Amino acid sequence: MTTIDRPTYRIVGTRPIRPDGVEKVTGKAQYGADVRLPNLIQGRILRSPHAHARILSIDTSEAEKTPGVFAVLTHKDFPVAEDKIEELGESAVNLKELSDNILASDKVLYKGHAVAAVAAINGHVAEEALKKIRVEYEVLPPVLDVRDAMREDAPLLSETRFTKSMSGQASDKPSNIAAITRFQGGNVEEAFAAADHIVEREFTTKMVHQGYIEPQNSTASWNSDGTLTIWTSTQGAFVVRAQVAEVLRLPVSKIRVIPMEIGGGFGGKIPIYLDPVATLLSKKAGRPVKLVMNRTEVFMATGPTSGSSIKLKMAEKDGIITAVQAEMAYEAGAYPGSPVGAGAMTMLSPYNIENFVIDAYDVVVNKPKVSAYRAPGAPVSAFATETAIDELAKAAGMDPLEFRLKNSAHEGTRMVTGVPFPRIGHEECVRAALESPHYQSPIEGPNRGRGVASGFWFNAGLQSSVSVAVNVDGTVNLIEGSTDIGGTRASLAMQLAETLGIPYDDVKPIVADTDSVGHNDVTGGSRTTFASGLAVVEAAKDIQAQMISRASKLLNAPEGELRYEDGAVVSSDGSKRIPFAEIAAAQGRTGGPIYGNASLMARGVGGAYATHIVDVEVDPDTGKVTVLRYTAVQDVGTAIHPSYVEGQIQGGVAQGIGWALNEEYYYNEDGTLANASFLDYRMPTTLDVPAIDTVLVEVPNPGHPYGVRGVGEVPIVPPLAAVANAVAEATGHRFTDLPISPRRVVEELHGLA
Amino acid sequence: MENFDYLAPRSLTEAYAALGSGRTSLMLAGGTDVIVQLREGRKQCDQLIDLKHIPELMSYGFAADGTLEIGAAVPLAQLYEDPEVRRRQPALCDAATIIGGTAIQSRATLGGNLCNASPAADSSPALIALGALLVIGSDRGTGEVPVEAFFAGPGRSSLQPGEILLQVRIPALGAREGAYYHRFIPRNEMDIAVASAGVRIGLDESDRIVSARVALGAVAATPLFVPSAAEALIGQPATRETFEKAGAAAAAAATPITDMRGSAAQRKHLVSVLTVRALERALERIREAR
Ligand SMILES: Cc1cc2nc3c(=O)[nH]c(=O)nc-3n(C[C@H](O)[C@H](O)[C@H](O)COP(=O)(O)OP(=O)(O)OC[C@H]3O[C@@H](n4cnc5c(N)ncnc54)[C@H](O)[C@@H]3O)c2cc1C
Repeated sequence: MTTIDRPTYRIVGTRPIRPDGVEKVTGKAQYGADVRLPNLIQGRILRSPHAHARILSIDTSEAEKTPGVFAVLTHKDFPVAEDKIEELGESAVNLKELSDNILASDKVLYKGHAVAAVAAINGHVAEEALKKIRVEYEVLPPVLDVRDAMREDAPLLSETRFTKSMSGQASDKPSNIAAITRFQGGNVEEAFAAADHIVEREFTTKMVHQGYIEPQNSTASWNSDGTLTIWTSTQGAFVVRAQVAEVLRLPVSKIRVIPMEIGGGFGGKIPIYLDPVATLLSKKAGRPVKLVMNRTEVFMATGPTSGSSIKLKMAEKDGIITAVQAEMAYEAGAYPGSPVGAGAMTMLSPYNIENFVIDAYDVVVNKPKVSAYRAPGAPVSAFATETAIDELAKAAGMDPLEFRLKNSAHEGTRMVTGVPFPRIGHEECVRAALESPHYQSPIEGPNRGRGVASGFWFNAGLQSSVSVAVNVDGTVNLIEGSTDIGGTRASLAMQLAETLGIPYDDVKPIVADTDSVGHNDVTGGSRTTFASGLAVVEAAKDIQAQMISRASKLLNAPEGELRYEDGAVVSSDGSKRIPFAEIAAAQGRTGGPIYGNASLMARGVGGAYATHIVDVEVDPDTGKVTVLRYTAVQDVGTAIHPSYVEGQIQGGVAQGIGWALNEEYYYNEDGTLANASFLDYRMPTTLDVPAIDTVLVEVPNPGHPYGVRGVGEVPIVPPLAAVANAVAEATGHRFTDLPISPRRVVEELHGLA
Repeated sequence: MENFDYLAPRSLTEAYAALGSGRTSLMLAGGTDVIVQLREGRKQCDQLIDLKHIPELMSYGFAADGTLEIGAAVPLAQLYEDPEVRRRQPALCDAATIIGGTAIQSRATLGGNLCNASPAADSSPALIALGALLVIGSDRGTGEVPVEAFFAGPGRSSLQPGEILLQVRIPALGAREGAYYHRFIPRNEMDIAVASAGVRIGLDESDRIVSARVALGAVAATPLFVPSAAEALIGQPATRETFEKAGAAAAAAATPITDMRGSAAQRKHLVSVLTVRALERALERIREAR
């Protein structure tokens, strides 16, 4: 670990056991599928067999007559959602489209699109009833590929969608191109004319899924007083509440969302799919209703991330990257909202590049609507940039890391948006990579190659609230509203213990429901340890102030002469000292319960950088790529809990390796997702990923009292390019289409395609 | 999933009687295919007949002539955990140890793998290469078929209504015989063969190939027996050059499709790579045994 200038802490930087650990390893933790309620009935969803069709009619009468069926639902039961955009963390969701994605109204836009739902005494009866629903479709030709969808003569997903640009409407005819955004700086023509070397390449990537182990689920109970309780697996209970309220036209105050433990999200559990369906089924049935997706439904009908097509031209002169021209098109799926903008804004962020033009196209296709996936948009744009940079470094005769260092962004460098960077750590990452034992050791043997790549992710701030209740035994309850996906109960409890100067084990964190704590935005954007951490530190300061005032009574000393220090209140001359536990014990007779609060809109986000090194071996006869060794260097700000930081990095790398080598949504021509199972959607298993070495570089974020930067997302940004660069070294072939599957490698190396 | 009855006959007589009841039946061995298919609605039946309580189907052993006789419902793990089976029929274990993982192998059976009739099943090419015979029974009596004659199409075996696969018979390998089975999968576990090859060769005193059988998986509508590859081997020295000719013959015989697991061109290419490598490893086994 390379640490740059950071204070030493008592608890921050240690590796205690996570508070939720015992419940999880003993199987006691409650997930959405574990919810049991009196009179609970089961729901099932009817899904479109077509990738693109108009719904002419839906006849549910036979299904309704089936014994054991309590309720049948179609879009007609939804109040019409207004065309309104609300900021939902990372995902801007047009709520009319959200509503149509939950249950199709006039059209189905992908195979697997939900069309109707049934609630019955058990799942088998519900499935039987689904078969009795008659849907008449007018089948339309689907468009499945982003470039095909951009053609003038492409089938239109919506006849009323026109292209939007930053200056307003940019098309006079309806189009599948929902939006075009341009980022521009300097003068690319001049720079290209003066260049020493130019690389020009086209890249494609396929849709990929987050692959969280726990399927989406929701249990809803409509109460006779018009209130509603929802138990669900989500990255943000408050965002579920807001979305359900919008879609169903209910006041948020009528809805209580109870977040269950979450078995992975990676961005995919920000949008809602089941909650409004379970709610309306429950309302009709008069019983609580539970819906749990199966794996096929998860693949077909939740939100993977975009497939993409990127055309990139990059120039170098005297070892400096002088110009970049990019045209990038991302698949949004059935409704607009791909992360192409984020892809464009991050792709050059590790570097200081004066001249650039980036055109970003958000394009709808007949596939599921994408949702966020770990650093949404950045991995595929980094795949393009970092491949081109590798080639330019070679052309310039420079080591690929030295080349990156020479071109690195630093404090003050402007992003493509024109905003200057605060203190960032890309140079430190590249240096640490250069010095790493991995990079220092040679790579030997036939068919082997080493690749490197860097990546950037913004990280998010957003809203957080926490409360801290001090118990009479000197412990504290930390009441938070951020669902714990990656160990945030621990990382927040540690910041609280550090700030209060009490033992970590004396903090008991609890993730509360939407009725029990102030608003919290999603656990996403790598924000929780940072932003909810800021709230925790604020709340701890609130407690400190209350402790001082109580101590002043107990010590008979004016508050002005007391200060809070190392878990105690002490007088300025040091003569008097009363520890936290004693003040806590006396709270009932010094003014009542001690209870701290903080609610904030977090500012001071620190961006995250990573530089990865990977060695691969390619079997030229079978095309199989084996990852031999992997080192991930990352500027983590301050690692509150280094083990969980390392876990985040290793997880991101494993997902990135899968994306690089085997994962893809494989569609048949009719729009059928042919590999909607973990058997054929080939995520790496433990046997496919080597031990991943991590190097934590700590360039503290000045915007956080402990220097926290978000760490969860950037680790998935470099692997795609790093692996591709390594394969290029091993084979002498540049693969610009992902995945670099055995099929693709063998076809390329043996001229079979 | 529709309702069905579960039956657990204690003898073949009882099983045949159940099959003759006129209701649609499915057999249950390890259930690692059929339970999944029932749950996903890909198969239906009125009754599911559990074979695991019929003693003949649950035992295995070597006959006097060295033939390995395996009851159709013996779990794979039981076979490969037996050192004698591993020593005398390593190519069977090549297949048995890669079907799913440990959990699957402790339930899954050869009978189920064969009767499920997947073109990509792992035991089928291995058993064809080994020259295995299948014993099939019904209330009319029993008969034998070679494994290569057992398949009718994807998911379809030649079993007729009322018939049960009783036993798999694998002839002994001679002193100068060796066999090997392997597949290509993109991952290192939990995957279905993109292509696979099983071989068995026998050598004479001067290392000339005197007998050969080659079989392929996942490259045709059924597991594929390839006599033309054997012809390219028999009478030739056991060299890389000979093996490559057999590999080319195998590739020529393959009629693969393109799907989410791989392309036709990739599969044809893999067939020759896998055949050559399988022959090399079978040869190694003969040499190691010496
Ligand atoms: C996670 C997982 C991984 C897998 N991986 C592999 C793999 O790598 N390679 C591979 O080849 N397969 C694989 N399979 C498929 C399956 O495990 C094998 O095909 C297995 O051998 C089936 O055996 P079984 O005893 O479980 O069959 P069952 O499911 O019990 O039966 C399969 C079929 O055969 C019929 N049947 C069974 N026995 C008889 C009999 N004696 N007479 C007549 N009909 C009979 C049944 O009616 C049914 O139609 C996998 C399955 C799973 C779930």
